[in-house]
Amino acid sequence: MISAEEQIAASRHLATKSGQGVQRFLIGLAVVLTAVMIVAPLAYIFRRAFADGVGPYWAAITTPDTLHAIWLTVIVTIVVVPVNVAFGIAVAWVVARFRFPGRGLLMTLVEIPFSISPIIAGICYLLLYGRRGILGPFLQEHNITILFALPGIILVTMFVTAPFVAREVLPLMLAKGSEQEEAAVTLGAKGWQVFRYVTLPGIRWALLYGAVLCSARAVGEFGGVSVVSGRTRGQTNTLPLQVEQLFNDLNTGVAAFAAASTLTVIAIIALFAKALLQARAPHN
Amino acid sequence: MSLISNLRAAAAVLVLSTAPALAQDKILNVSYDIARELFEALNPVFAADWKAKTGRDVTIDQSHAGSSAQARAVLEGLPADVVTFNQETDIDTLVQGGLVPENWRELFPNGASPYYSLPAFLVRKDNPKGIKDWNDLTREDVKVVFPNPRTSGNGRYTYLAAYAYALDANGGNQEEAQEFITKLFANVPVFDTGGRAATQTFAEREIGDVLITFEAETAGIAAQYADKEFVRVTPSVSLFAAFPVAVVAANAEKNGSTEVSNAYLSWLYTPEAQKILAQNHYRVTDASVAAEFKESLPEVKLVTVNEAFGGWAKIREEHLSEGGILETLFNN
Repeated sequence: MISAEEQIAASRHLATKSGQGVQRFLIGLAVVLTAVMIVAPLAYIFRRAFADGVGPYWAAITTPDTLHAIWLTVIVTIVVVPVNVAFGIAVAWVVARFRFPGRGLLMTLVEIPFSISPIIAGICYLLLYGRRGILGPFLQEHNITILFALPGIILVTMFVTAPFVAREVLPLMLAKGSEQEEAAVTLGAKGWQVFRYVTLPGIRWALLYGAVLCSARAVGEFGGVSVVSGRTRGQTNTLPLQVEQLFNDLNTGVAAFAAASTLTVIAIIALFAKALLQARAPHN
Repeated sequence: MSLISNLRAAAAVLVLSTAPALAQDKILNVSYDIARELFEALNPVFAADWKAKTGRDVTIDQSHAGSSAQARAVLEGLPADVVTFNQETDIDTLVQGGLVPENWRELFPNGASPYYSLPAFLVRKDNPKGIKDWNDLTREDVKVVFPNPRTSGNGRYTYLAAYAYALDANGGNQEEAQEFITKLFANVPVFDTGGRAATQTFAEREIGDVLITFEAETAGIAAQYADKEFVRVTPSVSLFAAFPVAVVAANAEKNGSTEVSNAYLSWLYTPEAQKILAQNHYRVTDASVAAEFKESLPEVKLVTVNEAFGGWAKIREEHLSEGGILETLFNN
């Protein structure tokens, strides 16, 4: 067996010997792949969106249906992100600060939405809240509408984006330990004071970072929402659904690409926000 | 439209969609995926007609996705007042869910199909291979593009239409019909999963000499790729593809929209509506409108599913089941 040091030494040797060639090759590969797989398709969306100039682009974005889709997506995000921030903090707090049976299970459960395809989440909600679902008869009896309306869209989006905040906050809380909080308690701080002045400042960057990721995912969610939305244009079509629908129409011209470009812009903004947060976060 | 008026319209839509409708009729039409523009053209005309007749305003909401997925959604509670589908079997699904009466085909004329279409061809500029009819598609020098009949309703219609043509040409000989289908399948270089993908294969990847899809779509595709100068070809024989409609009785009753829902679907049979349908390249039942559009919708011998195959139930059992005729021919 070769020891770790020997390995490192060997790789260093390799690096200095053929170093520059390999390095250039890898950099080139990364640049080409990024260009081909990410930059080119995104650039193409904008090219098609502006194919007929700015006027038709603007007209496509501001049709009532597309505007409504943008508006609906914003509403869903505004509701989902705060709920998931609260949920994320609660879960991270419980798991980081307490030992109890089922703690490991809870940590696993929180991550489940990541490993389940969103469309499965949508189908689960359909089987639960649908007319023929388990809760269907009860909901009908009390005239409660969940599916094919705003509540269903929000619920599914919440499910799909549930892990983001908890996942960012939890490792930080575990790493920080509870000494500072215990100190605060011995100094006479009440529960919410501990949270407000000790816990929160420690996790705020991770929290914001998680919230940004959560927002980006909520805006782009397609699979789960497509099952429970009902796709009524001007009512329950979110922006990703609107993009798909416009794309599936024949003769749409720039409309589908214009709507897609809006989604792309939102994603890019989220990306910059994320980069900014990463740069400012003290632990990075 | 200026930005301001667009924004104002959007604001109006937002207000309308959140505020409860007062003294206003409202129906939700759940429909198949590519019918958005068709109903965008039809709905305002019906609304004006309804206003003139009853003095009431009507809002028609539209939902579009794959016909079968839509049937499923309605079954699970999507509050459709009317459905306008492109597969009869999807309305039968709603019958099983108790939402639509069993005799829905008898509630509106022409088997509750106010308009219809048929599988037809789209060929390349100037039709270099001289493709005129189904028997040209089994020639060795011809490559054919249509979606996978096992995953796509559109492709299924093409399969059934070709089969019906072969039966018609061979005096009902099943064996010869199956031989014909085997040869046809052998000429398909790629089976896409859906109609949209098959269109892209033909038009953008430039694969194949002929694309088979609903006639109503061949015109739209030709218009979308105007620079390629595709030519529409109507075969001598094809399959009647119903575009069935029904009032979702259970929902309409609950929403108090039975009257306007029935009026909406009945209106689709009026010359006014039929003309818009024909302009969108659907075949219509109104004789005078059909005569007017004879040039873009030439005469064709249509056979129905009942005539050629003895109904959808039999097709499901004999052709589409596991180990059925389609699977056997497809895997050859």
